[in-house]
Amino acid sequence: MSETAHGHAEVPHGSRRGYLIGFLLSVVLTAVPFWLVMTGVIGDAATVAAIIIALAVVQILVHTVCFLHVNSQSEGGWTLLAYAFAAVIVLIVIAGSLWIMYHLNTNMMPMTSMDGPS
Amino acid sequence: MTGETVTSAIFGRLTWESFPIHEPILLVTFAVVVLLGLGIVGAVTKYRLWGWLWREWLTSVDHKKIGIMYIVLGIIMLLRGFADALMMRAQQAMAFGASQGYLPAHHYDQVFTAHGTIMIFFVAIPLVVGLINFVMPLQIGARDVAFPFLNNLSFWLTVAGALLVMVSLFVGEFSRGGWLNYVPVTNLQNSPDTGPDYYLWALQIAGVGTTLSAINMVTTIIKMRAPGMTMMKMPVFCWTALCSNVLAIAIFPVLTGAFALLMLDRYVGTNFFTNDLGGNPMMYWNLVWIWGHPEVYVLVLPVFGIYSEITSTFTGKRLFGYSSMVYATVVITILSYLVWLHHFFTMGSGASVNSFFGIATMVISIPTGAKIFNWLFTMYRGRIRYELPMMWVIAFMLTFVVGGMTGVLLAVPPADFVLHNSLFLVAHFHNVIIGGVVFGLFAGLDYWFPKAFGFKLDRFWGRIHFWGWVIGYWVAWTPIYVVGLMGTTRRVRHFDDPSLQIWFVLAAIGALIILVGIAAFVIQIAVSIMRRDQLRDTTGDPWHGRTLEWSTASPPPAYNFAFTPQVHALDAWYDMKDRGAQRPVTGFAPIHMPRNTGAGVILSAMAMVLGFAMIWYIWWLAAVSAVALLVYGVAHTFNYNRDYYIPADEVAEEEDARSRLLAAGA
Amino acid sequence: MAETQPPAPAFYVLDPHEHHHEPGSGTLLGFWIYLMSDALIFATLFATYGVLSTSYAGGPSPREIFELPLVALNTAILLVSSITYGFAMIAMQEGRLGGTRLWLAVTGLLGMAFVGVELYEFGNLIAEGATPQRSAFLSAFFTLVSTHGLHVSFGILWIGVMLVQLGQRGLHAENQRRLLCLSMFWHFLDVVWIGVFTFVYLLGVLR
Repeated sequence: MSETAHGHAEVPHGSRRGYLIGFLLSVVLTAVPFWLVMTGVIGDAATVAAIIIALAVVQILVHTVCFLHVNSQSEGGWTLLAYAFAAVIVLIVIAGSLWIMYHLNTNMMPMTSMDGPS
Repeated sequence: MTGETVTSAIFGRLTWESFPIHEPILLVTFAVVVLLGLGIVGAVTKYRLWGWLWREWLTSVDHKKIGIMYIVLGIIMLLRGFADALMMRAQQAMAFGASQGYLPAHHYDQVFTAHGTIMIFFVAIPLVVGLINFVMPLQIGARDVAFPFLNNLSFWLTVAGALLVMVSLFVGEFSRGGWLNYVPVTNLQNSPDTGPDYYLWALQIAGVGTTLSAINMVTTIIKMRAPGMTMMKMPVFCWTALCSNVLAIAIFPVLTGAFALLMLDRYVGTNFFTNDLGGNPMMYWNLVWIWGHPEVYVLVLPVFGIYSEITSTFTGKRLFGYSSMVYATVVITILSYLVWLHHFFTMGSGASVNSFFGIATMVISIPTGAKIFNWLFTMYRGRIRYELPMMWVIAFMLTFVVGGMTGVLLAVPPADFVLHNSLFLVAHFHNVIIGGVVFGLFAGLDYWFPKAFGFKLDRFWGRIHFWGWVIGYWVAWTPIYVVGLMGTTRRVRHFDDPSLQIWFVLAAIGALIILVGIAAFVIQIAVSIMRRDQLRDTTGDPWHGRTLEWSTASPPPAYNFAFTPQVHALDAWYDMKDRGAQRPVTGFAPIHMPRNTGAGVILSAMAMVLGFAMIWYIWWLAAVSAVALLVYGVAHTFNYNRDYYIPADEVAEEEDARSRLLAAGA
Repeated sequence: MAETQPPAPAFYVLDPHEHHHEPGSGTLLGFWIYLMSDALIFATLFATYGVLSTSYAGGPSPREIFELPLVALNTAILLVSSITYGFAMIAMQEGRLGGTRLWLAVTGLLGMAFVGVELYEFGNLIAEGATPQRSAFLSAFFTLVSTHGLHVSFGILWIGVMLVQLGQRGLHAENQRRLLCLSMFWHFLDVVWIGVFTFVYLLGVLR
C-alpha cells in the first residue's frame, strides 16, 4: 500500500483501495458490537464484553494500518516504534491504575469518614 | 447593580486584602525584588539594550540562546527556591518547645510547597532542558532543533509558569498542599483561596512548554543527526537526552490530565478527587505519581549523560561499556514507568500490589549500579585531570551511592511503612537530587560554559562553590537522616521534643555552608566575566573533548557548523583529531536558517494573563485572553515566511575569523 | 601515527545539497509523537473513568442514561468522516485542489454534525439531572467524552483554517504537510472514539 520509491519522501501514502477496505472493515467491526449489545442476542454479559473488547482492539489496529498508515517503513520505523511504546505506556497507565485502585477499594472498603493515610 | 458586584465583575476576587501588606517578611522581599527589577530595567534602558535584547535573545529561535536563557531562568529560580530552604531550616532550628519560630503555619506551608515546586519545575527542569538544548544539537552535528519556533515557545511558556509562581508571593497566596498539591488539602472546600489555583495554572502552562520541548528534542535526535552518526555512534549525552525526553512525553500528559481534573473539581464542581459523591482522592495520588516517579529519571538520565561525557573527557579514555550504558539507560526508561506506587505503599493496596512495585523498584537499581561501575572502569588507569567538572563527578559518585542505597531501603514495603513521610525520606530524595542532579548540572555548567561563551569559569571560586555544596550537603542532610530514622515526620513547623533541636541546628548550619557555595557560584560567574581575557579559549576545544560540539568555535556561530560533519566513529571529534581531519576554509555556501519571531513571547504572555485571570476569577479577562490566544495562534499559521539564508560571504567572514584565531593560538 | 592508518575519509559534507535537512522534514514525525502524548491524556481520562465508573453516589447508572441509538448515529457520522477525509487526501496526492477542498468541507460538516449530536445528548442528560457534578461516574463520563468532543471541535477549526489557506496558496508543500498532520489528527480521534463507544457506552450498558 505504501511505497517508498520516492526515497526520502517518506510521506504516508494511502490508496483509495486501502481507505475503502479500512472503511468496510470498520463498519463491520462497529456494527457487530452495537448489534450484540442493543439486541442482546447473547445472554451472557461477560461473553459479550469479551467479544466487543476484542473487536475494539481489532478495529483500532485496522484504523492504525488503513487510516494512520503506520507501518515498519515510515520514518525508518520510528513511527511504529513510537506507536508500540505509546501502546505499552497507555496499557500500563490504565491497567496499573485499575489494579491499584481496585485493590485499594477492596482492602479499604468499609470507608467511614477516614481518608487513606497520607 | 451594587458597587461590590461591579468591582467583582471587573476584578474577580482580587481585592486590596489580596496584597500581603501586613506581612513584614513578604513586604521586604517585595521591596527588594522591585528595587532589583527597577535596577535591571534602568540599566537596560540606560545602555539602550531593549532592542538588542528583543532581537537577539527574547525572540531568538537559536537553540544555543534558548538553552542559555533556560539556564539563566533555572539559576534565578534556584536563588528563590534556596531562599525558601533557608527559611524552613531557620524555622525548624528555632521552633522548639515554647518558641513558635518566626513563620506562621499558613506561611510555612506555602514555603515548603513553593520550595519543592520551584526546585523541581523551575530549577531542575529548566537547567536540564537548557543543557540539552544547548549541547545536544551541537553533539549531533545539527544546525538547530527540528522545530525552532516551538523551542522558543516552550521556553517562554516555562517562564510564564515561573512568573505566576513568583506573582503568588505578592498577590494572594500560594498552595499549601505540598509540592504535588495534594488533595484533599487542595480541594475547594479545604482551600478555597487562590493557592492551589496558582499552582495548577503555573504548572499547566509550564507543563505544556515541557511537553512541547520534549517532542521537539526527540524529533531532533531522530531526524537531524549528522550523516554517519548511527544511533550507536551517538554520544551518551544524546542517548540520555533522548530517553529522558521520551519519558517526559510519556508522563507529562498524565500530569496535565490529573491537574485538569483537579481544576474541574475546583472550577466546575465535579467530583473526581472530592470526599463525597463518589470521588476518590487517592486517584489523584495515583495519577500524579505516575508522573512523579519517572520525572526523577527525566531529570537524572541526562545528568548521567553529562557525567559520562565528563568522565570520558577528563580521563582521556573512551567511555567504558558504551553499549551497556545505552542499554542501561533504555532499561531505566522503561522500568521507571513501573514503580510509581512505591510513593504510597501505605495507602492500602495490599501485599500483591506492594510487592510488585517494591520489586520493580529494587530492580531499577541494577542498571543504575551498572552505570556507576562503567564510570569507575572508565577512570581506572586513565589520566585523570582534576578540573572542576571532574571534581563534581567524583563528589557525585560518593554522594549518590548513599542516596541510592537509602532508596533501595525505602523500596522494601515493610521498611517503608516505618519510614513513609518521615524526614528520612526527605533526606533520601535530597541526597539523590542534590548529589545526583544538582552536582551534575554544575558539572555540566563548568564543562560547557567555555563552549557557550568562549572563556572558562574561574577555578578558585569554582572550588569554593564545589566545596560549599559538597560539605554543605553532608552537614545539612546527615542530621535529617538521623532524625528521620528516629521517626520525625516531614512538613512539621514546630517540635515538642527539645532533644531533637541540635540536629536541626546542624542542618541549618549545613544550609548556610551551601549558601556559601551558591554565593561563590555567583561570584565565580562575575569574576570569570571580569577576567574573561585571561580565561579566554581560542581553540574551541579547551578540555580536549571527544564529541562534535568541541569541533566548532566557542561560542559557536549561529549556524553551528559551516560544513556538516561526516561521522565515522563513536567519539566523532576525537576520531577527526586522531586522523588529522582538516577543517575546510573555502567553498562556503549560503546556509538555510530559521527566522526569529516574537510569537513565542506574545503567546506565552497571553497564556500567563489567562492563568492570572482564571486564578482570580476575572472571567472577562480570561475570555478575552483565551480568544486572543486562539486568534493569535491561528494567525501565526498564516505566516509562511519563516526562514532565510545566511549569505556565503558572511559565513566565510566568520570562518576566516576563526582561522585567524586558531593560527594565533597555535 | 597517520601512516599506520588507512587514508582519512571525508570528515565534512562539502556539497551543501548532499545532506540538507529541509525545514519541516521532521514535522510529520514530531506531530505523530505529539499524538502519542495526546493518547496518554486520553489514557489518563480512561483510567480515571475506569476507576470511578461505578461510583454512582446514588445517582443514575449508565444503563439508565445512555441512549445507544444516538451513540450509534454519532459513531456512524465519525466513521463516514474518516473515509471522506481519506478522499481529501487522495485528491491531494493526485494534485486536485478542488477535490481536496470539497472533501475537507464535507469532513468538517460531518464533524459539526458529530459535535451537534453530542451536545444534544449532553443537553438531555443535564435536563434529566445527570449533571457532571452529580457523581464521580458522571464527572468522569462528561470529562472523557467532552475532551474527545473538544478535540473534534479543534479539528473542525483546523479544517476551516486549512480551507482558507488552500484557497490562498493551493497545494503548497507546507499546506500538504499540514493536511497530512490534520489527517493523522482526525484518524487518531477515530481511534479514541473506538475506545469511547466500546468501553464507556457499550460496556456501560452491559453492566
